[in-house]
Amino acid sequence: MIRFILLQNRQGKTRLAKYYVPLEDSEKHKVEYEVHRLVVNRDPKFTNFVEFRTHKVIYRRYAGLFFALCVDITDNELAYLECIHLFVEILDHFFSNVCELDLVFNFHKINYFITSPSKGIHRPHIGSDDSPHMRTLACVYLILDEFILAGELQETSKRAIIERMGELEKLE
Amino acid sequence: MALSGMRGLSVFISDIRNCQNKEQERLRVDKELGNIRTRFKSEKLLTSGRAVSVDFVDHSGGSGVEMYGFKIRRRGALTLIKVRMSNSQQCELMMALRGHSFFTALKYIWLNDVEFDRTLNGKGLCGKLWYGLTHYEKKKYVWKMLYIHMLGYDVDFGHMEAVSLISAPKYPEKQVGYIVTSSLLNENHDFLRLAINTVRNDIIGRNETFQCLALTMVGNIGGREFAESLAPDVQKLLISSSCRPLVRKKAALCLLRLYRKNPDVVNIDGWADRMAQLLDERDLGVLTSSTSLLVALVSNNHEAYWSCLPKCVKILERLARNQDIPQEYTYYGIPSPWLQVKAMRALQYFPTIEDPNVRRSLFEVLQRILMGTDVVKNVNKNNASHAVLFEALALVMHLDAEKEMMSQCVALLGKFIAVREPNIRYLGLENMSRMLMVTDVQDIIKRHQAQIITSLKDPDISIRRRALDLLYGMCDVSNAKDIVEELLQYLSAADFAMREELSLKAAILAEKFAPDLSWYVDVILQLIDKAGDFVSDDIWFRVVQFVTNNEDLQPYAAAKAREYLDKPAIHETMVKVSAYLLGEYSHLLVRRPGCSPKEIFSVIHEKLPTVSTTTIPILLSTYAKILMHTQPADPELQKIVWAIFSKYESCIDVEIQQRAVEYFALSRKGAALMDILAEMPKFPERQSALLKKAEDAEIDSAEQSAIKLRAQQQTSNALVVTDQRPANGTPQIVGELSLVKIPSMSDDHTSADQGLSQANGTLTTVDPQPASGDLLGDLLGPLAIEGPPGAVQSEPNAVSGLEGVPSSADYAAIVPVGEQTNTVQPIGNINERFYALCLKDSGVLYEDPNIQIGIKAEWRAHQGRLVLFLGNKNTSPLVSVQALILPPVHLKIEISLVPETIPPRAQVQCPLELMNLHPSRDVAVLDFSYKFGTNMVNVKLRLPAVLNKFLQPISVSAEEFFPQWRSLSGPPLKLQEVVRGVRPLSLIEMTNLFNSLRLTVCLGLDPNPNNLVASTTFYSESTRPMLCLIRIETDPADLTQLRMTVASGDPTLTIELKEFIKEQLVSIPTASRPPAPAPPAAQPTTPAALTDPGALLAGLL
Repeated sequence: MIRFILLQNRQGKTRLAKYYVPLEDSEKHKVEYEVHRLVVNRDPKFTNFVEFRTHKVIYRRYAGLFFALCVDITDNELAYLECIHLFVEILDHFFSNVCELDLVFNFHKINYFITSPSKGIHRPHIGSDDSPHMRTLACVYLILDEFILAGELQETSKRAIIERMGELEKLE
Repeated sequence: MALSGMRGLSVFISDIRNCQNKEQERLRVDKELGNIRTRFKSEKLLTSGRAVSVDFVDHSGGSGVEMYGFKIRRRGALTLIKVRMSNSQQCELMMALRGHSFFTALKYIWLNDVEFDRTLNGKGLCGKLWYGLTHYEKKKYVWKMLYIHMLGYDVDFGHMEAVSLISAPKYPEKQVGYIVTSSLLNENHDFLRLAINTVRNDIIGRNETFQCLALTMVGNIGGREFAESLAPDVQKLLISSSCRPLVRKKAALCLLRLYRKNPDVVNIDGWADRMAQLLDERDLGVLTSSTSLLVALVSNNHEAYWSCLPKCVKILERLARNQDIPQEYTYYGIPSPWLQVKAMRALQYFPTIEDPNVRRSLFEVLQRILMGTDVVKNVNKNNASHAVLFEALALVMHLDAEKEMMSQCVALLGKFIAVREPNIRYLGLENMSRMLMVTDVQDIIKRHQAQIITSLKDPDISIRRRALDLLYGMCDVSNAKDIVEELLQYLSAADFAMREELSLKAAILAEKFAPDLSWYVDVILQLIDKAGDFVSDDIWFRVVQFVTNNEDLQPYAAAKAREYLDKPAIHETMVKVSAYLLGEYSHLLVRRPGCSPKEIFSVIHEKLPTVSTTTIPILLSTYAKILMHTQPADPELQKIVWAIFSKYESCIDVEIQQRAVEYFALSRKGAALMDILAEMPKFPERQSALLKKAEDAEIDSAEQSAIKLRAQQQTSNALVVTDQRPANGTPQIVGELSLVKIPSMSDDHTSADQGLSQANGTLTTVDPQPASGDLLGDLLGPLAIEGPPGAVQSEPNAVSGLEGVPSSADYAAIVPVGEQTNTVQPIGNINERFYALCLKDSGVLYEDPNIQIGIKAEWRAHQGRLVLFLGNKNTSPLVSVQALILPPVHLKIEISLVPETIPPRAQVQCPLELMNLHPSRDVAVLDFSYKFGTNMVNVKLRLPAVLNKFLQPISVSAEEFFPQWRSLSGPPLKLQEVVRGVRPLSLIEMTNLFNSLRLTVCLGLDPNPNNLVASTTFYSESTRPMLCLIRIETDPADLTQLRMTVASGDPTLTIELKEFIKEQLVSIPTASRPPAPAPPAAQPTTPAALTDPGALLAGLL
């Protein structure tokens, strides 16, 4: 079972966090800090698995972003590793490139993002005075909720998720 | 995403974006939080202010309109709020009121859109509630909160607003409510509980989008209450034929969450068939989710789900052959690797596959996976196919396939541990360790030893850990020397994160497989020398035990210790162990150079300034012993040592002071000293504390590990084998030591099982009982002390501190329920009353200024009848009286109706029927509440329906006792434990205690007068009457510790009874405690009357 999912950049800023076990905020901050410390300095030639407390973190790095899943010791590591990749592929579909995600989340550099038109053609409609950050954030949360639920994989078909997101968009 | 038109949000975000530094950003965030807080003022209004009293009054008044009113006292003014509620709402509100504060109730009203009567309430508090923010406004602020939360700031308010958006009628608001609630709250938040009703309405409603939102939130953060109230509805959605797969897959995982929170919500009888039907599903999304659910279900109870087994195989076949798999479900050409993995995982929870056809088709699939997985260039494809391959390997290991397939697996693993790709190598090592747990492949794996040792030096710590695990698992007598020496060598280079584990494992292996004992001593001393900081006390305690029990070893160990002392800087643990060993055995070295008592003394004494206060007592003992061994006495040495003793006589540390004083006095006694300071007696054999420690590293996973389950089944065989060891005389050395001394014996028939049990750490169950012919062999053993006495005394009652005496706060029987309700104080100590009632059958359970609850009980075999006497002590009635029983699973309790009102000065009887289903020492709790005036009083009281009430005293003779005692030969039927921190009791007091616990003390059975043997019969519905035998060995010198052995024909009973007796021995309230606070003068209560509730209550009437 997935305990939590973290999306962090190299500086350790958490861009997205989803917890499937009840933790207090202070504990979450601690976990995020520790996981970052654990993975950030690992050599790319190392395994994608690290023990973390009584669990195991399966992580993968995409440009400046670390995707980390915390799973049970007995879980199938490679299956979860590819689960990260599938998630990234789905995000890629919406944001043209996940690396862009960090840009979107990276509020200090956002001017660049606003002034140069994005290639993210699949991105859901943006209202005139809409906030792109919140849109991205909400969008990532919604995709994640279609992908993983209760700490388990819900849907592994990219197409099914993309179609579902289209449906949700129409509801607004 | 429901964000259009939110100017404020955009402005805020662009402000944040323009902040030049962190400080500015924080200021801006604080300002915004302040703004939101003011907006949510109704919330603020509600939670601030002084205590509010509430009066729940029925205002329907025959008018036909269901109106209920609250009187609120706030800042002196009385306000009345009227609300219109349905019956179910009313019930929930009542519950909210009972368990929580009034605010919680108001929040409930607000969240659930309960209609208020506006006309009556004007603009006061209720006006705020009524005219609160619109959903749109709330949405706006809630988004901002989520954004701020995302930035990493704590948002500790406004949760209620987020939750309340869930009940918004429109999708955009509702969606925001669900998203933000899922992100900000977790299952332990109270607000969530209040939203259950709304969430349920969304789930059972017709709107598919709302169903999805609700299922997603419950699946991600649902707690126990959700499980209890929503499981049936979610189940219905999952099997509904009218729902789209979209809803059903969410329902499957939502149900999985609820099941994990409370397994009782899935009714096995009805559900197994449905589950099997679900596995016929064509939609792979639903199938993936359902298989996850199945894994959780079968991990708890595979028997009920046999019918799912062939279906799983069918799914695997379908995937393996790529039949009817839509393109979108293949991942880099592989048909859903995740579903394949899940299906194989589920199969690992079934012990065997009986149907030959199913078995054959499964093996075909497995064979195809094993043979057909090649290394490919594409990383993702490679990972996915190997994910399937490793799961298949696990399944083959589990199914104990034909030897051919097993050797195929070993060959594959051997290949994997040599590849460069780190992930595959890691998994190769990990799976080899797992393989060791389930089959006897040690010999084949040993061929790879060199390769594995290379991995121990890999730069990646993840790989090093796996290599260490594997080396530990594959170690046996033949390769122990190599492996341990390899570990020792690596120790100096290892990173800190691994040293403790490394030294623990090296110590265990050295002990278990030492070819000779001097080597063992060498290894441990090297360990301490190289990694002293990481060597726990257990390790050096253990080496002392070994040396003490093996005379041949003593001179060697002493000489070694002497050598280490010559090193310039040694670790404190080394000082401890050397000092201890030299204190005991340095006289064996006298003839050697540099080993005269004086020299030994000074080399040890040199270290004294460098050590901490925990070590000084050990050194003092050593000095005393050296002094004692110096014959004839050396006046010079004596003078120096005495000077040291007298120096420490005024030490602030009590332990040091006491020793100094005592040794000083003793050493002046001359000859008498010899007896007292003689060599320590041998330690009784016991299981290594180290192993226990290694076992304690438990894994925490959602499902039990399939391998562990299987290994547990196999250890039961190991037990039998161990017990069948020939009784060759009376071996002095058994257990771990027997492996050392007589390796041939364990070689032929136990090695496989030993290997097994070591690997998964269940050696506790293989606790070696001396297979001696001596009747009372183990009865006569001396009192067990875990470490050298010096060390034990220096950490007094370490055990009891951890698990012994429950602090009164932990067990405080009165639980304040809210600030408003905590005004009535109980009279007397509730804990003491409870303990007293555990020993007798009538008495007072609880008393406060308003009420007294007495109890009278009768017990017959596994049934009991208990009468509660509720006596009102006041001249006005007690209202809203409610008594709920929260029974533990092992008790069936029926309570008769409790009247809602107790008239003034009246007593009400309330009988309870109890039945004991199986042994357990859990306690039933009486949740009792009443209202007096405006005060709601709620107490939770433990009922004295404890384990000993279902015991029937029985006296047995020696002829009956010993055969029984012997036939119950070891764990899990017979358990032994050293209990520390016992309240000192004389033997007579303990006999009386035991007799009052209905454990009959059989006098004269045990030849040792300090021991106590007792017997009793236990009754429960599930077990037949069970004879239980107990033996307590006390130490007249130290009454705070004793060794207890409990035996019965039922493992659960043994463990429960043992723990129960332990609790009684450590936590009985002593008579010397300060007397209970005197009751108020208005209610004179004579102490004598306290014992008889009838008399007392009669007095009141």
